[in-house]
Amino acid sequence: MKQTQLDNGLNVLVQEEHTAPLASVWCWYTVGSKDERPGLTGVSHWCEHMNFKGTTNIPRDQVKGIIEQFGGAWNGYTWIDQTTYLETATRDALDRMLFIESERMANCLYHPDDCESERTVIISELHGGENDPDQLLDQELTATAFKAHGYRHPTIGWLSDLETMTRDDLYGYYRRYYVPNNATLVIVGDVDTDDALRRANAHFGRIAPGAAIERRATVEPQQSGERRLTIQKEGTTAYLKAGYHVAAATDPRFAPALLLDAVLTGAKGVNLWSSFRVPPPQRSARLYRALVERGLASSVHGSMVPTEQPYLYTLSVTVTDGTPIAPVEAALLEELDRVRRDGVTEAELVKAKAQLRARMIFDGDSVTNIAHQLGYFATIASVDLFTSLPASLAAVTVEEVATTARDVLSPSNRTVGWFEPLPVQ
Amino acid sequence: MSLSPTRTSLDNGATLLVKATPKTPIVAINLAMRAGSIADPADAPGAASLLSRVIDRGTATRSATQVAEELDGRGVTLNINVTRHLFSLLCTCLAEDFAPVLALLGDILMAPSLPDEEIATRKGEAITAIRQDEDNPAVRAMESLMALLYPGGHPYGRRSKGSIVSVEGLTRERLVRLHADRFAPAALSAVIVGDVDASRARDEVTRVFGGWRASSAPAVVPPPVTPAFARRRVVIPMMNKSQADIAYGFTTIRRSDPAYYAFWLMNVAFGQYALGGRLGDSIRERQGMAYYVSSTLDANVAEGPLSIRAGVSPANVDRAVASIDEEVARLVADGLTPKELDESRRFLIGSMPRALETNAGIANFLQNGEFFCLGLDYDERLPGLLTAVTLDDVNAAARHAMAADRATVVIAGPYGDGRIE
Repeated sequence: MKQTQLDNGLNVLVQEEHTAPLASVWCWYTVGSKDERPGLTGVSHWCEHMNFKGTTNIPRDQVKGIIEQFGGAWNGYTWIDQTTYLETATRDALDRMLFIESERMANCLYHPDDCESERTVIISELHGGENDPDQLLDQELTATAFKAHGYRHPTIGWLSDLETMTRDDLYGYYRRYYVPNNATLVIVGDVDTDDALRRANAHFGRIAPGAAIERRATVEPQQSGERRLTIQKEGTTAYLKAGYHVAAATDPRFAPALLLDAVLTGAKGVNLWSSFRVPPPQRSARLYRALVERGLASSVHGSMVPTEQPYLYTLSVTVTDGTPIAPVEAALLEELDRVRRDGVTEAELVKAKAQLRARMIFDGDSVTNIAHQLGYFATIASVDLFTSLPASLAAVTVEEVATTARDVLSPSNRTVGWFEPLPVQ
Repeated sequence: MSLSPTRTSLDNGATLLVKATPKTPIVAINLAMRAGSIADPADAPGAASLLSRVIDRGTATRSATQVAEELDGRGVTLNINVTRHLFSLLCTCLAEDFAPVLALLGDILMAPSLPDEEIATRKGEAITAIRQDEDNPAVRAMESLMALLYPGGHPYGRRSKGSIVSVEGLTRERLVRLHADRFAPAALSAVIVGDVDASRARDEVTRVFGGWRASSAPAVVPPPVTPAFARRRVVIPMMNKSQADIAYGFTTIRRSDPAYYAFWLMNVAFGQYALGGRLGDSIRERQGMAYYVSSTLDANVAEGPLSIRAGVSPANVDRAVASIDEEVARLVADGLTPKELDESRRFLIGSMPRALETNAGIANFLQNGEFFCLGLDYDERLPGLLTAVTLDDVNAAARHAMAADRATVVIAGPYGDGRIE
């Protein structure tokens, strides 16, 4: 992998993978929902939508098919730390992909009619999410666990902000953050590194850098006591969640935390794009045995994602039909108390390490996944953090996992959420 | 470069396809039995689905805990998937673990112990999943559409999970009988793709499955499908929801129909190409009414559905349905443009390298080809099959498949006055 920086500050990463006649291009911006101020929640995500609607040199009616004609797929996502766009297509489309991303960086239009049309699309997306009680509970849990940090509001934004945000709000945000000195371009696939760098420079080199971005991050005060919330709403199924503040990706305590999660719920890997599409190996995991095998829950899932700043470790439980939530919570907390008290065994740690090793290999099976990992880690920390992660995981001891369990899973660091279904009328 | 897999039939009738791809040290294993939900006894819907939850919970020689430890210790997730026609064990493992993982999967497939206590626990999971579906407008709309398109107990119209009552009534004896009736070497297609030599893969599969002796009941043939002759509209009120889901569809053709490729291209242009094809252009891009809208063609052993799905605000339901009607009418009356046909064709042909990039993707492609008898050179022939389709062919497909006045439309969500229509 070769990493370089253009004169305008654009960070460029190129990795050759000659396993298929494909190339994947990702352009990452270090801006996500945590950077939004009150009144503009959801602006990062809305900008992402607007950046698929034509540019100065890609007329609106030529957007459709611009990458599909190469058999390619393109997409994007916005989350708490980042906004990213990707194309994966046959290698002969490399210039086209770079052209699209350079246009997206510099020349998006934000036509007022398109902004209005997209407002209803995004509100529809928000309502679609509200249809899912599990997603609704997750949103409320996060908002309760954080009271100061920008991680507290949902990436899609609050409805009132989506109803009132203006075209100028969107365009101003776009111009501020979509600059080469706030971006990372990743190219992976059946390419020649020097050729790819030349092409990247040709497409992006003339884009002027933007003003330095001042970031003022509120540090979330340490949680000093358990927080609880209950959503009572018509539904059929009860859900339970417990969220714990956990270390950022760069913190040495993150690797032990990943292994702790693997012991509790099975290893997920660390690829936000692909890992979570395949369920973890968890039949022998502690919480699966304590909740699912005992018939208290139909599923249990742990979510620990590498983030730039300390985020949440969330345990999500679907309660078996007919079971009250309270005994399920009691069983969950009993297991968490046990791991806090007794730590994990050497055998469990060996298994957790084997699982994470396998998952990280599985996650590198396509140019798209490889490119994602390079860009994701470059955006939240550094590529080195990703490449050194296997060694960091291998070096973790049972004592470090035990310490992490004691610190992270303490009751005062916990937010518990219930979704209690009311009878459907 | 063509896939050129090797295909072998074992003495007992099992079929093996292997493709060696030594690019990453992993292997995809895809074991498909012709024992999907269509094999559910008429009085026991959901049997195959429940069997899929229990089959890996212990074997004649391994306890459920041992199975779990063997999989988890290698970082392997075993997905057990039931479609209308296939019951599949799918996983990806490290190349170094290929032999023991295959042996474990063989044990699970051939000799599950189906313990009573595991069945009781998995029933609780299955019933919870059915209850979750009952609260999901998208699932309710689609299940209702399928029941209307395939009435009278047709297996395509049944919920593969069954009902709470039917799941509660399933016994161990019922699952044992289902396994005995349907799981046999002649019904097995094993596909191995990855960093494993073809001859070694063949040896390992022969070692695991070669001694299996069992016979299966005759294949279930789906009954004929009668297309709808009038428009139908059903509303499922779910007033506790924020968004309404629309499912709108028709029955179409069999996968074996020579017109399949014309239908495929027609559907890509109509509801898939570049974020939803014509439907996406109209309903999402121009009118801003929906976050998602697309159409799916599922030509199968019997005449499968073409379904259009959209998630919209309750206030926009009528306008969205009217827009779908307009797009259907426009397609039937005017057909596709040559440009649209060309774009769809180029997209499908050009996307093959992506579809065949990963081991799991290749395995899925080969398993599909085996099921529908498409031939070992299907990846080479597919571009030609698509290229041979003419504009007249796709427009005839549109006229055959769709007409707004015989569409079946289901709306689930906070819509109307709360009464079932």
